[in-house]
Amino acid sequence: MSDRLFEDRTPGVEEHEPTASYLSYTVGLALAILATIVSFVVSQTSLLWPPGIPVGLIVLAFAQIGVHLVFFLHLGSGADSTNNILALAFGMLIVFLVITGSVWIIANLNSNMMPMS
Amino acid sequence: MTIATIDGAPTAVPAGLARGRGGGGPASKRVVVAYGFWIFILSDMVMFSALFAAYAVLRGNTAGGPTGAELFDLRNVFIETMCLLLSSYTCGLSALSAERRHPGRFFIFAVLTFVLGAAFLLIEVSEFARMVAKGAGPSRSGFLSAFFTLVGTHGVHVASGLIALVYLAAQVIAKGLPAVVLRRLLCWSLFWHALDIVWVGVFTLVYLMGAP
Amino acid sequence: MLGRLSWAAIPFNEPLPLLSGAVVGIVILAALATVTIKGWWPYLWREWLTSVDHKRIGIMYVVLGLVMLLRGFSDAIMMRTQQALAIGSAQGYLPPEHYDQVFSAHGTIMIFFVAMPLVIGLMNFAVPLQLGVRDVAFPVLNSVSFWLTATGALLINASLVIGNFARTGWMGYPPLSELAFSPDVGVDYYLWSLQISGIGTLLTGVNFVTTILKLRAPGMTYFRMPVFCWTALAASLLIVAAFPVLTATFVMLLLDRYLGMHFFTNDAGGNQMMYVNLFWAWGHPEVYILILPAFGVFSEVVATFSGKGLFSYRSMVWATLGICILSFMVWLHHFFTMGAGADVNAFFGIMSSIIAVPTGVKVFNWLFTMFRGRIVFRTPMLFAVGFIVTFVIGGLTGVLLAVPPVDFVVHNSAFLVAHFHNVIIGGVVFGALAGINYWFPKAFGFTLDERLGKASFWCWLIGFYLAFMPLYQLGLMGMTRRLQHIPDPSWQPLLLVAEAGAIVIFCGILCQIAQLYVSIRTRERRLDLSGDPWDGRTLEWSTSSPPPAYNFAVLPRVETIDAFWHMKRIGRAPAEPAYEAIEVPRNSPAGFVTAFFATVMGFSLIWQIWWLAILGLLAAAAVVLTAGWSIEREHEISAAELAQMERAR
Repeated sequence: MSDRLFEDRTPGVEEHEPTASYLSYTVGLALAILATIVSFVVSQTSLLWPPGIPVGLIVLAFAQIGVHLVFFLHLGSGADSTNNILALAFGMLIVFLVITGSVWIIANLNSNMMPMS
Repeated sequence: MTIATIDGAPTAVPAGLARGRGGGGPASKRVVVAYGFWIFILSDMVMFSALFAAYAVLRGNTAGGPTGAELFDLRNVFIETMCLLLSSYTCGLSALSAERRHPGRFFIFAVLTFVLGAAFLLIEVSEFARMVAKGAGPSRSGFLSAFFTLVGTHGVHVASGLIALVYLAAQVIAKGLPAVVLRRLLCWSLFWHALDIVWVGVFTLVYLMGAP
Repeated sequence: MLGRLSWAAIPFNEPLPLLSGAVVGIVILAALATVTIKGWWPYLWREWLTSVDHKRIGIMYVVLGLVMLLRGFSDAIMMRTQQALAIGSAQGYLPPEHYDQVFSAHGTIMIFFVAMPLVIGLMNFAVPLQLGVRDVAFPVLNSVSFWLTATGALLINASLVIGNFARTGWMGYPPLSELAFSPDVGVDYYLWSLQISGIGTLLTGVNFVTTILKLRAPGMTYFRMPVFCWTALAASLLIVAAFPVLTATFVMLLLDRYLGMHFFTNDAGGNQMMYVNLFWAWGHPEVYILILPAFGVFSEVVATFSGKGLFSYRSMVWATLGICILSFMVWLHHFFTMGAGADVNAFFGIMSSIIAVPTGVKVFNWLFTMFRGRIVFRTPMLFAVGFIVTFVIGGLTGVLLAVPPVDFVVHNSAFLVAHFHNVIIGGVVFGALAGINYWFPKAFGFTLDERLGKASFWCWLIGFYLAFMPLYQLGLMGMTRRLQHIPDPSWQPLLLVAEAGAIVIFCGILCQIAQLYVSIRTRERRLDLSGDPWDGRTLEWSTSSPPPAYNFAVLPRVETIDAFWHMKRIGRAPAEPAYEAIEVPRNSPAGFVTAFFATVMGFSLIWQIWWLAILGLLAAAAVVLTAGWSIEREHEISAAELAQMERAR
């Protein structure tokens, strides 16, 4: 239908996405389960060099979030998805600024506090 | 006054204008609704980020009370995580079934999603109750206030999602699967997947990094 | 049974709030009685209360903002008078526990229930018309947003006569706002009224981001949108990004107060600075939410009344987006003095200075637009010129404050108070008044009286300078903000000048009220029959004044920036276009009724009437679920009916 000419994609919209199939959901699930198990193993054993565990966990978390976005939310890289990717990027920027900004500021303030008697 | 169909012949507007640069006229209802809900979800993520920030800042403020390492039961957290992840999967399958107009299959997967989500909540509530019984409730310390609020807010979202699922399933029974109901189901599944994304953050940053 | 509510909540022994409450009550009762006697309820219900038309909702927002301006301004003149009188041994007439409520209410009302509604109201009215479409993306949600905002306004006004308001200032910093130091209902009024209206605002943000990005007339690419729509987009993105932070912060304070948690308490591991940090992470984007649409109004007004297209449209757009992103990287400048080290202060100080640059770009663009233009000094243009001068001064003092060592001297002094009123009045208020004068004929079919408009402008301008320039000086002389009593008699002359300024502003407000009254009485003389009273450039001027409910019978084809100007130059098609059936959303009581129950819930939570709060919540949820059950949201206007309506116009 000529609708297609003017359609922007949207996350989750199922009609024309190649990832909208039982197979892709199953692949996504498998990857996510893998990432979860690895996270738990990494945090509870010394498989990873201990000081690097937090970084490893964060990388695994991002990977799993990526799996969710691509396989469950059908966020593609096509030209039609630009608005959605931009919105996501904007959201991620804000999340990053709020969390790292707050942590940096409060750590700075805490370090200037007198020690509790 | 709402989104009308594009008046006149679609070929009146050159194709190059349509994609990306946004000259194609008003988008279809489905795209508009899904995009609006996506923006709303992003705003919800920002709200969670403020709660995450508060947790990050207060995690050390145990005020002489119990720490995360003493309280968290990682086995239960793993089971919860699996329940929610599987429910995300069944949610996706239910969305597919609805799109392909198979109400029967939709209901099966919707029920599975509900059961898995309810299992998640049950475990979480029992964890909370266990902690409160030990005197580690939210009013014990700043750390515990932040923990209960962050994880509890996620739980409230899950509970609301389950209520909404029942409501929408009732709509499907009553009205079948016309476009407007499909749009609402689409929004619901966006919501449910987003909750699993937040949970990835929670179990990683709160439980895995807080446990011994 | 009734929680903490009792007859003691009504200030029988305090004449001032009792009297003002009585006056407000009488006015409200008189209004309700008039409507009832004249039989206007069916009309009001059908055409306004259940309307989902963006134009009606926009008008209601502006009305709310202007009415609340009267309340906020009364607080202002009470403070000015107290500060003019209470010097040396004189104590003035407002005891501290009341003065504290007055300045808290003044700030809260002015930001949340005057500035926000005015700005959102203008966005509501103009954006869909400028985009060449029929309404926003989610019309019913739009109505919900408005009525939830009205709920917040109602709750805050209730605090005048039932209980008291917060005494913490409009920011509500802990530990003062915690239970230990504010055990009464004041802070709860503040928190619940803002939480409820905050939901409305967030939904507006979602609505407008979606509308601007997904609903535009065919051919209107991003770089053909009017600049007002770009600023509305940036403001809406900021709403979506910032308001959730405020929601979370207030949730945490509410949990501290209601469930004994320890986010921000003095004991058990609370961290008060986290509140300050998160509050301003919202608070700084908030001021850009207010100013960006005002900038947009001025872009439209300056271009229209100079008879020229806006100078350097692209740099305007990039400057707007730059401000949008940068506004999230400066928030610590609101608390430079509260313990951060030099590295943190330096980073945020530099970012705060950088954010002045895109604003400077905009100012130059407006000036270059005016250069060699044919300038017509109607009221909106007067406000624009007044804005450019005044806002630049305010911006300069802002850059001063962005330098941490300077801020250490003047933080929380009258200098700061002068700065933010400088930019808010010079920017947001002037922008709102310009926008109201500019779009009034489109909304109502006749222009406002020009002489009274100009008079109100001059009163606002002169009044502002008289009221606030002395405060810069006073700040440098050592006067802090929020003083109920003035310790240094040498400050009195300047405070008297400030009081005079407040009175001149009051005259400006009186001129505006007179302008409305006279304009309505003599409207036949200033009818806008063409729909284009200012020789405008953007699409809203291509409709009739007022436009039909569906705005455009056929969506316009857009080929350039300033689409309507282009259409006028090439000549519009005289033949009747081919009409097609269109869909128009039905009215919905969902917004009004949800807000009603939200008011019940909010009031009950404040007074801890738990059973009523639960009932209110359940009822509001029931309304939402009922509205969400319906399938038939629109009704169709057939091509024939459309043709008939269009021919009749």
